Order: sequence, then C-alpha cells, then structure tokens
Amino acid sequence: MSDPSTASIVSTPRIEEPAQTGAPANAGLPESDRRNKPRGLLGDAWRDLRRKPLFWISATFILIFLVMAAFPQLFTSGDAVNGALSRSRVEPSADAWFGYDVQGRDVYARVIYGARASIVVAVISVIGTLLIGGTMGIIAGYRGGWVDALLSRIADVFFGLPFVLGAIVILTTFNGSGTSNSEWKIMGLVIMSLVVLSWPVVMRLMRSSVLATKEADYIVAARALGAGTGRIVLKHLLPNCLAPLLVYGTIMVGSFIGAEATLSFLGVGLKSPVVSWGIMISEAQNYIRVSPFLLFFPALFLVVAVLSFVMLGEAVREALDPKLR
Amino acid sequence: MGRYLLRRLLQLVPVFIGTTFMIYWLVWSVPGDPFAGKCGERRCPDTYIAFMTEKYQLDQPVWVQYATYMKNLLQGDFGTKFSGQSINDIILTSYPNTLKLALVALGIEAVIGLGAGVLTGLRRNGFLDNLVLISTLFLIALPIFVIGFVTQWLFGVKWGIVTPTVSSEMRFSELILPGFVLGSVSMAYIARVARTSIAENRRGDYVRTAIAKGLPMRRVVGVHLLRNSLIPVVTLLGTDLGALMGGAIVTEGIFGINGIGRQVYRAILTKESATVVSIVVVLVLVYLLMNLLVDLLYAALDPRIRYE
Amino acid sequence: MRVSKRASAVALGAAFALIASGCSSGGNEGGEGGNSSDGAVTIHGVQPENPLVPANTTETGGGKIIDDLWTGLVEYPNNGGAPQNAVAESIETTDSKVFKIKIKENTKFHDGTVVKAKNFVDAWNWAAYSPNGAQNASFFADIDGFADVNKEDPDGPDGPQKAPEPTADKMSGLKVVDDWNFEVTLAAPTAVFPTKLGYSAFMPLPDAFFSQKAEDFGKKPIGNGPVKFVSWEDDVAIKLTRFDDYSLRDKMKVKDVTVKLYQDENAAYNDLLSGNLDFLESIPVSALAGDKWKSDLGDRAMNTTTPTTAFIAFPFYDKRFQNPKLRKAVSLAIDRQEISDKIFFGTRKPADSWANPLTPGAKPGNCTVCKFDAAQAKQLLTEAGGFQGEMVFYYNADSSHKEWMDAVAQQVKTNLGINARAEGMPTFAVFRAAVNAHKMKGPYRAAWQQDYPDVENWVNPLFVKGGSSNDGLYSNPEVDRLAKEASGAPSLEASHEKFAEAVALVDQDVPSLPIYFYGLQSGHSEKIKKMELNNVGEADITTIEL
Repeated sequence: MSDPSTASIVSTPRIEEPAQTGAPANAGLPESDRRNKPRGLLGDAWRDLRRKPLFWISATFILIFLVMAAFPQLFTSGDAVNGALSRSRVEPSADAWFGYDVQGRDVYARVIYGARASIVVAVISVIGTLLIGGTMGIIAGYRGGWVDALLSRIADVFFGLPFVLGAIVILTTFNGSGTSNSEWKIMGLVIMSLVVLSWPVVMRLMRSSVLATKEADYIVAARALGAGTGRIVLKHLLPNCLAPLLVYGTIMVGSFIGAEATLSFLGVGLKSPVVSWGIMISEAQNYIRVSPFLLFFPALFLVVAVLSFVMLGEAVREALDPKLR
Repeated sequence: MGRYLLRRLLQLVPVFIGTTFMIYWLVWSVPGDPFAGKCGERRCPDTYIAFMTEKYQLDQPVWVQYATYMKNLLQGDFGTKFSGQSINDIILTSYPNTLKLALVALGIEAVIGLGAGVLTGLRRNGFLDNLVLISTLFLIALPIFVIGFVTQWLFGVKWGIVTPTVSSEMRFSELILPGFVLGSVSMAYIARVARTSIAENRRGDYVRTAIAKGLPMRRVVGVHLLRNSLIPVVTLLGTDLGALMGGAIVTEGIFGINGIGRQVYRAILTKESATVVSIVVVLVLVYLLMNLLVDLLYAALDPRIRYE
Repeated sequence: MRVSKRASAVALGAAFALIASGCSSGGNEGGEGGNSSDGAVTIHGVQPENPLVPANTTETGGGKIIDDLWTGLVEYPNNGGAPQNAVAESIETTDSKVFKIKIKENTKFHDGTVVKAKNFVDAWNWAAYSPNGAQNASFFADIDGFADVNKEDPDGPDGPQKAPEPTADKMSGLKVVDDWNFEVTLAAPTAVFPTKLGYSAFMPLPDAFFSQKAEDFGKKPIGNGPVKFVSWEDDVAIKLTRFDDYSLRDKMKVKDVTVKLYQDENAAYNDLLSGNLDFLESIPVSALAGDKWKSDLGDRAMNTTTPTTAFIAFPFYDKRFQNPKLRKAVSLAIDRQEISDKIFFGTRKPADSWANPLTPGAKPGNCTVCKFDAAQAKQLLTEAGGFQGEMVFYYNADSSHKEWMDAVAQQVKTNLGINARAEGMPTFAVFRAAVNAHKMKGPYRAAWQQDYPDVENWVNPLFVKGGSSNDGLYSNPEVDRLAKEASGAPSLEASHEKFAEAVALVDQDVPSLPIYFYGLQSGHSEKIKKMELNNVGEADITTIEL
C-alpha cells in the first residue's frame, strides 16, 4: 500500500481475504459459485435476499412510504394545510388520531403529506451523494497519482465548508424570499445543496475501499486475463466496495431528513404550505412539555422510515458480502 | 515516512488557500447588509453605516478584502469583529472550550459506541442487537435540540443530578451530559460500523487459530479481534473530531458553553467574513492534522500497514 | 430604540411594573448569609454587540448594562409616572426652545472625577459628530447646529463619494455656562425634549473617554451610575459592583452583580429553576406553553406589560395594497384575541389602539378596525374588488415570529378566501435590508418600541412622511400637518390633543395593523426576597434585596 490513508473507514474485504480458509473464497468471481451454475454476483445476492424475512419486511415498509409519498390522499382525507386556532393543540382522539398542532391542523394528515417532502429529499440526496461521491472516490482511488491528489484536495476544501454557511448561500441565491419557485424546484435546490455539501465524506469512504481492494488477487487476476479498465471497475471493483457505502448511505437517510428541517427552519428550505416530518419536529420543539404528541408522531414515522432503510441496506449488504453467508 | 509526511504537509497549503478564499467569498455573498439590522426597526444613520463600511473596508472588491485579510493573517492578526472584539481573543477563549467538549463527546461515543458495537457484533440479530439498533436510530432521528432539551430538563432540573448549564471553568463532570448529547449521532454510526467490523473479523482465520489454540475467549476478543477491528472505528473517530467541533452549535447554545459554534453561526448571519474564515480555518487544520494522525495510528494498530 | 434580536423584544419606555415578591422577608437563605449589604446576585444577560458606549448602543444586551452603569439627567420611574430629575437639579424653559439645565453638584464618575456640565455637552457633541459614526446620532437632530456637525453622504453609504467633512465639530445650540449649568437651544420648539433626556444616548461621559479610542473605553466603561464596571469576559459574564460614592436616590442594596451572558433562554430558565441564576427577564416559550412557568416558579413568577406593539405593515409602494378597504378587510379578518390565547397563552394582549396605551398621551381603544368581524371583512374585500394573486406575509426567521405570522396568514386565508401564507426570511439583516430598500412583496411584521414615553414617539416616526420608521411609505398630508402642529405645541397637553386628531385620520387609512401588545414574563430565584422591574421590564438591580 503506497498511501497510509488507504485503510478503509468501514471494514472492507482486505487484500488477504482470498487466503482465508472456510469462507467461500474469491468473493467477486462468479466462477466460485458453489453450485457451479454461472450466475453473477447480483443474481447471487438476489437469491440470498429472497430468503430473508428482514428484507421483505423492510421492503414492504418502504413500499408503503413510497405510496404515501406519491398518493397521500389514499391514506387520509384530512386537510394538511388549513387549520383553525380554536382547536390548537387538541390531544389525539377518535376524530383526529394524532391530535391537532399549534395552528389547529390535523397532525395525522400532516404526517401523511409530510412523507413526500421528507422521503423525496432524503432519498434523492442520498442517491446523489452516493453517486457523485462514489464516482469521485473510484476515480481517485483507481487512478491514483495526481488525479487522486487533486480530487482529494478538492474534497478537503468542500469538507471545510460549514454546512449552514454553504446552504444559506446556495439557497438564498436561488431560493431567496420573493422568488416563487414551485414545490418541486425548491426540493431540487435543497437536494442540490445537501449533495454539494456532503459528497466529500462518501468520496473518502469509496476511495479508501477502492485502494484496499484494487490490489486484491482477483483484481490482479482479472487484469492479467486482459480485462479492460471499465470491466474491472464495474464488474469487480464496484460490487466489492459497495458494502460500506450502503451502511453509510442508509443511516444518512435519517440525517438528511433532519438537515432538510434545519434548512426550512432557517427560512431557506421548503416553504409553507409544503410540510415535512422535519418541519413538524422543529415546530413541536417549544411544546415538548405540554403537548409531547406533536413531537412523537412525526418522530415515530421518521424512525420507522429510517429503520426500514437501514434494515434494507443491512440485508442487501449481507447478501452482497459472501463471507457473511 | 519522512517524505510522506512532508508531502502531506505541503498539500495543506493549496487546501488552506482554497478553503479560506471559498469561505470568504461565500460569506461575502450571503445576502443582506451587515448593518441593516443593527439599529432595530429603524434604519441606521447613514453616517454610522459609512463609518463602519470604511473602517472594515467593505466597499472594496472581495479579492482585495481577502488579500488584506491574508496579509494580516500571515502576521498573526486575525482581525477584529464589527463589535470591536479581537478575533485572536475569541479564538483563544472559545477554541479550548469547544475542544474540551468535543474530546469529552469523542470519549463518550468511543466507549459507548464501541461497547455496543462489540456486544452486538459478537451476537448479531439477538435481542440486544435489535435494542441497540432501535435506540441508536432514535438518536439519529431526533434532532439534537430535542435530545438536548429533554436531557437537560430531566437530569438538570427534574432530578437535579447535574447543573443544567456548564460554568466557565468547564469542569469535566459538567461536560458529561453535553458531551453525550453532542456525541449521540456519531455514537450511532460508531456502533454500527464497529458491529459490522467485528462481525466480519470474527470469521478471520487468525481468530479461528486463536480459538483453536485454546486461548480464553476474553483474550481472543480483547487482543486479537478488537485490535484488528479498531481501524475503521479509529478512522471514523478521527474525522469526527473536526465534525464534532464544527457541529456543536446547538449543543453549545443549549448548555451555555462559550464555544466556536455560536461565533461562526452569528458571524455568518452578520456577514463577518474575517471571523468565519478565521475560526473555520483552524477547524480545517484540526481536521487535516487529525487525518494524518489517524493514518499514522494505523501502523500501530495493524502491522500489515507500512509506509513507503 | 433598542432591539433584541431574540423573540421577546424589550422596550424602552414608560410601562410600569412594580413587583414585590410574595416571599416573606424573614426567610433564612441557606449559606448565603441572608444579608443584602454584602450579597451577590447573578442575573440573565446577552453578549452586547458593541463596546459599551451609551451613544453607540441600540440593542438590549448592551443597553441593559448601560442603564445600570449610568444615571442620566432624568430617570423614568419604575411605576410609569412622569420622568423625574436624576442628575439634573432643574430643567427650565419658557418657550420649549431654550432649555436651562442645572445639574446636582459633586456627583461622581466611577473614576472619582466630578460630573460637570461640560461632560454632558462634550458627550453630546461627540455623539452627533458624523465621523464618529454613532448609532444614536439622530437623537441630537433637534438641537440647533446639528446639521453642521452631521453631514450625510450625498450618494448614500454605498456610493463612491465620501461624506463631506462637517463644517463644525460642536453644535451651536449647546453652551456651557459654568461647572453646574448649561443651556440647550433647539432648532424648533419641542415640548417633549426633556422627556427624551433619560434615554441612554444623552448620558454624560468622563474626561477619560475623550483621551482614548471609543471602543477601548467601551471595553472598560466608566459611568456615573449606582454600579461600577469590574470585568467583562466575552460571551461568559459581565461583573458589576456597588459604587460606594454614589450619592443619588437609587443606591444599591446588594454588593455584587454578575450578568451571566446566555445564548439560549431555555438554558437560562433551567438555571433559574435549579438555583444557578437569580433573575431571568423573559421566560422562554417552552415554559410559557400551558402555563408551565407558573407552576414551576409559583409566587416567583412575574408578569408585566411593556410599551411595545407588534404590527403588520403594508408596502404602499406595491399598488395592490393601496386601497384602504383592502387593508381594513385584512385587519378585520384577524382574530387577535384567538392569537393571544392560543399562540401566546394570554401573555400578550390583543392590540386595540394605534399608540401603545401605556404611553402618556395615548388613547386606549382608538383602533376601530382592530376587532374581529369576518362578515364585514368579506364585504369590504368585495367593495375593494377582491385581491389578485398570493398574499405573502413576511417575517425574519431568526427569531420566533413563525407561529403568530402563520396564524395571521391562516386567518386571512380562511376568513377572506385569499390565497395567503407566511414566509420567513433567513435573517433580520436580510429582512431589514429588503424593508429599507422598499422591496417587500407583501405585508410584513414590524414592532415598535418607544424610545421615550410620549405619544409623539408613536406618530412622527411611524405615520409621518419621511419618518424614521415609516418604511412602507405611507403618506397623508393632513396627518403630516397635524403631527407637525402637535410637535411644536407649547405644552404637552396641547401636543397630545393634536396628536389624537392625527391618529383619528390614521385610523381611517389603516397604514399598518396593530396585532398585539408585548408583555414580559420574568422570574427570580428563592434567594431574592424583594425586587422591582423598571419601566421596560428589566430588573432594577438597585431594588434587589436578599
């Protein structure tokens, strides 16, 4: 290893792994399949996944949340936007399962309608961050040399930017008050600022995995057999470096839902009447002592959603990682 | 090793210039007039605005301002805030406070996160594993102001175990609660990563060998397994110190700690480029040096890693 | 005017708040000695934004400390009565234009020097002199010769030209007669002038101030008040101690006062509950909700009103808001009582008058459109021809205005059927920059805290063309004429009558909407047996007894 920063942040298959006894060796190679049926790594993983109840449970939950985001009116006939002060902070009852918030709006309806902004922003930002950070990480790790140094130093510069500062500048430039951007455009801008400000961590993560993996026997073997760069990266490197990104990415879904709330709270993010779980949680903060249900319900949905993503990520990761079979 | 160190240190220079200029420019582009809100609901006298604009050279183009700032910086002068406070003083008084808080947070998250990670990594999918997973998810999902508010209220007021805010002496006992709050999110990451790492290395041949040799389980875990699984955790902890110091805004506010978080936040809102850049630059240096330190630590933890 | 950047603004004016704690005076406080004369207290504060120079302080954090460190010519009594002489022995005038001011002999600054007439004159000249850039310079605009010492930049502060040098460095209207007498000549008769003299811009400065840089002085200020400055650790605490040579009425009863500088009111509140803080002047919303603070604090809870009003102002430069019927309709569609009850838990009263009723000369209940009448509102909207497009209510998102602005927008939407919503702008600076530049695209929040207790301060700055805070560009020549007559009236009574006529016209035009009157909820520790709040709801530290 030429650079000590090659050690990965999250444990990855190491150089000596192929030498391990017992575990099916040569992880990435389809030839190593025990049943001698030529099947790709992904096909292998899918076989494995299908047998895991954890996968089916988390996938079901995520499906429900996605439907909720796409068609909230299927789940509630309530009004998430308009309220009446006369029923401010009324406790949950048979009429309103989750009660009413400070402005007298139906908390149940708001939680349902809030799924869209929360999930869309968080999931797309995570995907964007993983794509950009991951690509940069692969390039930096695989090419090495001056490309690596340049990309790493650019990442350092971005890493040094305080999140609040970067977000305020990006969002006030494109989303200042008085601008009448549509709901989707604002979401796009929020996603953009989250991605721009968080890709360096993923890039480091990916780069260190690639550095640790690229000298592995199976990669060397593939290269010796005359495989091109594209094939090595896509077929061998990527699948073996994906695991740490999945762990990190699924947890990041939770942090991004919170980050979106922070931006909205500062007046640069989503604008009313758009609602999100993060906004609901921030709005509830002053009433924790008198009306804890205002905090409880959005937080509950948030935890269940993040839990589903983490579980799914865990299941996929285990399926992709042959040593854990 | 020496050459490697030198190269890394040299690379700090362009990063330093890039980061400082970028931040300076960003703060400069924050909309609003720094003096528009100074006099409340009434417009400030033009004479006051003219006086301050000239004093801080705000009528100059941004690169001229930046060059002046860098020139003073090289002479060890970070400049002054609009309030007349010397930024050197602010850095000297608030950095140690934030550093103490971040170190306590780091310690707490290392101990709890690693402990939970080891326990769950050894017994995956058990009751304890799920319990830890769900409780860490709650910590991630709840914003820090909620965790801080609730713990301060319970421990500080209701049960009276600790004083609600931290005194200016920053005693260790006072920092445990804020440290826990600040470290709570990273704790969840550490626990997850340590769990994965332990679970993977648990199947390593050297662990198998150690068990086969008849070593007691405690020794196998403590010496062989843990040491090899520490690398990813140490990497995360190392990059986290900078993140903890920069992300302590809310925690510092809740517990009344005079740290850099609030200084940066307020300076961003009032467009004080010099203050933001000065504080963040020190932070970036902390972060870069921690990375270097972590890299050097690898060699101690894992004999397979060598420097060129 | 001072403005708190936080949610709860603290006013400077003439509210009254006389609160004696219910605790019996005989209580024995464990370990604290129970003795006022050498006792110490810790009170809540926020980090001042500037060095502590009276003429350069416009925010509450520093203003509170300045009020303790200095005593002016007049003082505003805690019970809200008329201003009384403090350092002044007498202030005499025959025509409201020339004032003969005699000060008490041999009062002292904290550095031991004597307070003389020239200390006032020099301090005022310094503040008015434009190259010094004092934030409060405009307070001296009444004085003859102000225009010679304070030159405006011809193309504004951002323009390329530099402001011209003033032609004089002293105002011709100020004359020192001898050590204890000076004479003030105003440019035009102003009956309210003596009332203004209690505002911090008019405080005297010791000779030591003029021999050093203002900002160096402001880090170790020397005043003439009941307490003197000990130390200031930025963002941590400011320590004050009793000034033993103080000879005026309000002497300190306790010895040491520590002003602990907080960033978060919840933290201060929890410190108060656990006995680490002795006084907090604004209870956070999280404790006000559901009246939790009353059960937390019991008889240590204090509730008072302050002469501050929250408004929603209209941008007259936007054609859509120029029809008075539309503005009336919006006003009538707002249920102020419900906002007071549900959003503020009754701690802020619904507004029903144009000038805050705590102000001398103000008439309570003179806002005829401040009631809630959805039917009439609808009708007026129809008469006005409806409203096209979206009505966005703007506020600054860096303090807690979101809840009540959301509520206002929701009521307008529900009761008028207008597509209304509230939107935050990230910072007060961004918000004010847009207001100052006349670029607001909808009604926006505003608050007015009087500078000195007189109705004049509620009309001239807000509703007269060119007024210092008439940011919406409202203009009615008839109102301008009446206000001008009122300001120059020979007596305060005559002035107040004329102002009432002007306000009656304002009521027909509805240039802005009074929404609620500020209130202040505070609390003290068990250690404090007796204390009063001053006219603006801050702790009057001289009254604290242990």
